[in-house]
Amino acid sequence: MVEDKIRNTVINFGPQHPSSHGVLRLVLELDGEVVKRAEPHIGQLHRGTEKLMESKTYTQNIPFMDRLDYVAPANYEHCWVLTIEKLLKLEVPLRAKFIRVLFLELNRIARHAFAIGAQGLDVGAMTPMVWLFESREQILEFFEEVTGARFHLNYFRVGGVAKDIQEHMIKKISDWIIKFEEDFLDTQALLTGNRIFKQRTVSIGTIDKDTAIAWGLTGPNLRASGVAWDIRKTQPYEIYGDLDFDIPIGTNGDVYDRYLVRIKEIYESIRIVKQCLEGMPNGIIKVDDYKITPPPRATMKSSMEAMIHHFKFFSEGFHVPKGEAYVPVETPSGEFGVYLISDGSNKPYRAKLRSNGLMHLQIIKSLGVGYQLGDLPSILGSLDFIFGEIDR
Amino acid sequence: MVYISQLINELIAFILSLVHVNEPWVVFFVALIVKIALAILLIMMCVAYATWLERKIHGLISLRKGPNVVGPIGLLQPLADGIKLLLKEVIIPQQANKILFFSAPVIIFTVALLSWAVIPVEHGGVFANINVGVLYILAISSLGVYGILIAGWSSNSQYALMGAIRSSAQMISYELSMGIIVVCVVMCAGSFNLTDIVLSQQNGWYFLKLFPMAIMFFIIILAETNRHPFDLPEAESDIVAGYHSEYSGFPFALFFLAEYANMILMSAFYTTLFLGGWLPVIDNAFFNLIPSFFWFVIKVILVLSFMIQLKSVTPRYRYDQLMRLGWKIFLPLSMFLVIVLACVLRFTNSLPNIG
Repeated sequence: MVEDKIRNTVINFGPQHPSSHGVLRLVLELDGEVVKRAEPHIGQLHRGTEKLMESKTYTQNIPFMDRLDYVAPANYEHCWVLTIEKLLKLEVPLRAKFIRVLFLELNRIARHAFAIGAQGLDVGAMTPMVWLFESREQILEFFEEVTGARFHLNYFRVGGVAKDIQEHMIKKISDWIIKFEEDFLDTQALLTGNRIFKQRTVSIGTIDKDTAIAWGLTGPNLRASGVAWDIRKTQPYEIYGDLDFDIPIGTNGDVYDRYLVRIKEIYESIRIVKQCLEGMPNGIIKVDDYKITPPPRATMKSSMEAMIHHFKFFSEGFHVPKGEAYVPVETPSGEFGVYLISDGSNKPYRAKLRSNGLMHLQIIKSLGVGYQLGDLPSILGSLDFIFGEIDR
Repeated sequence: MVYISQLINELIAFILSLVHVNEPWVVFFVALIVKIALAILLIMMCVAYATWLERKIHGLISLRKGPNVVGPIGLLQPLADGIKLLLKEVIIPQQANKILFFSAPVIIFTVALLSWAVIPVEHGGVFANINVGVLYILAISSLGVYGILIAGWSSNSQYALMGAIRSSAQMISYELSMGIIVVCVVMCAGSFNLTDIVLSQQNGWYFLKLFPMAIMFFIIILAETNRHPFDLPEAESDIVAGYHSEYSGFPFALFFLAEYANMILMSAFYTTLFLGGWLPVIDNAFFNLIPSFFWFVIKVILVLSFMIQLKSVTPRYRYDQLMRLGWKIFLPLSMFLVIVLACVLRFTNSLPNIG
């Protein structure tokens, strides 16, 4: 009689929950404190990006990319312009490549700083979050100084970047990098060796190699499980082939390893940023083809040709030859790819965005089971997804 | 030397001279009411500024300024917060048990204030100088669990219920080791009376004499008051705000006040047991000039700020880890220490004379 009435609690974890990392809604079945079933529900942030993109020209679509992973906008914009450049068979000037990689890696540092801070916050450590936000804010200030926007940069363009970086920025960023390396040690002192942090993260949410590959994990989550897969190394794009950096990998694939991999990746990004700053060549920052990039503003006053190009570029945009292309890039959270079908017009016929967060979120259903409720936020935090990109 | 209790007695005499009555029961009641009113006022002020202190320290650690807009260096911020909470609408969850829902904060708040009756703030400066002061505090502080359980159950919310279960389990398990460690102090002092315990520390605080116990006791009061790294009843990353998730407006303010009142109380208890209460650091003429009440306050603030700083630098334990720490490490260790201490006291013939 009594047994019939005993059942597990079902609770709604999110979408309005302090640690649901955006708008995740998890339906949890709890046996006491132990999670018996975890069902992720997505779609609270769906904006129909892929469909919207079909009605905008290629250049107008760049800001949409910023809104996918709003913590790492540069990396997502980059993938979009790379895909178009592949269809256009465009070779980008060297200086533009350096500036791009500089921005990508600065953004990677910012994104990982955010993820590490959030991971700390998920187990109750509040200070690392604010300290890392301070560092992240510095990066956002660099972005603001160069592009005019802190967050949604809208900086990368097909054929290069929108504006050149100012001369003093190189010194400013290299000064900051030295300071950041010091500051970052403070944060690690609070977390890496902390006994409580280790108790909360070591052998929690363990994903082994095969499972990680089977579920399609990418990025730090895959590397933490011991698979040295990084698209920057395996299929180098931009100047990554010439740069000297390593792929840090973990051994156990637990929450702590994912944290460590992100820490190490920040150091690798610092190395790359330093190389970019040292080797930054002079030259043009976008291709010299005025069908694809706007002509300099000064020439418009005197040259009829430039005037026409300017008008055509900003009204009609440019046409991309008929064809299909898929370009993956290594964003801070994992592999992001754009599959683009062009029908030869000035707008994409169809663009499929390969989200990495969606793959990472799927694993929660099997990964979260059997752990305590208190572990769930730290597992979610370590998988590090951003809902803008999952729901698109 | 200035005594707070003398000042209060003069105030009471002044009030009595205004009303011109000399009947003993009137004198008794006026004295009682004035004392209680003053004490509550003082405690509430302390609580208000404990929140200010916490936000300020936490802000400074996290490279912020903390409250700095309302009043000079944000000193009026607690007042503004209080007014805001008073003016807010009280939302009652559907199907909540209204009577219990509102009685829970009252219970918690009352219990948080009750224990202050036996804390000596200076020599003779105590409401009720009862013989079993230590036991009284242990008894009263365990009553707080009722408030938390009722709050969690009556809110009709799973998050609140979970917070309540966590909190009551935590408080009950840590109360055991707390009681056992208090026994160590009582064995050394030879009395349950808190004033006697302070007086017995005149030639050395128990913080030095009973060093491991003092550290353990500090950790236990963190667990008792649900502070970091043991703040899982209010772990916002998994159960939002724990047992007071559903409370808003003034009932919430009562929880908040009670939490801080408890923190200050436990700091005061710790000061009394281990840091020599109102006694100055060194017994010399200069230090004795400072009123003993201020020594007490300084020590309480010290303990309190240490509790607050821990919040900034530690992650929190998981529920089962916390219970394991309480039952498998703290309880056996404190029992072992009691036995060791008893043996040491017995064989060195330094047991206090009880007579």
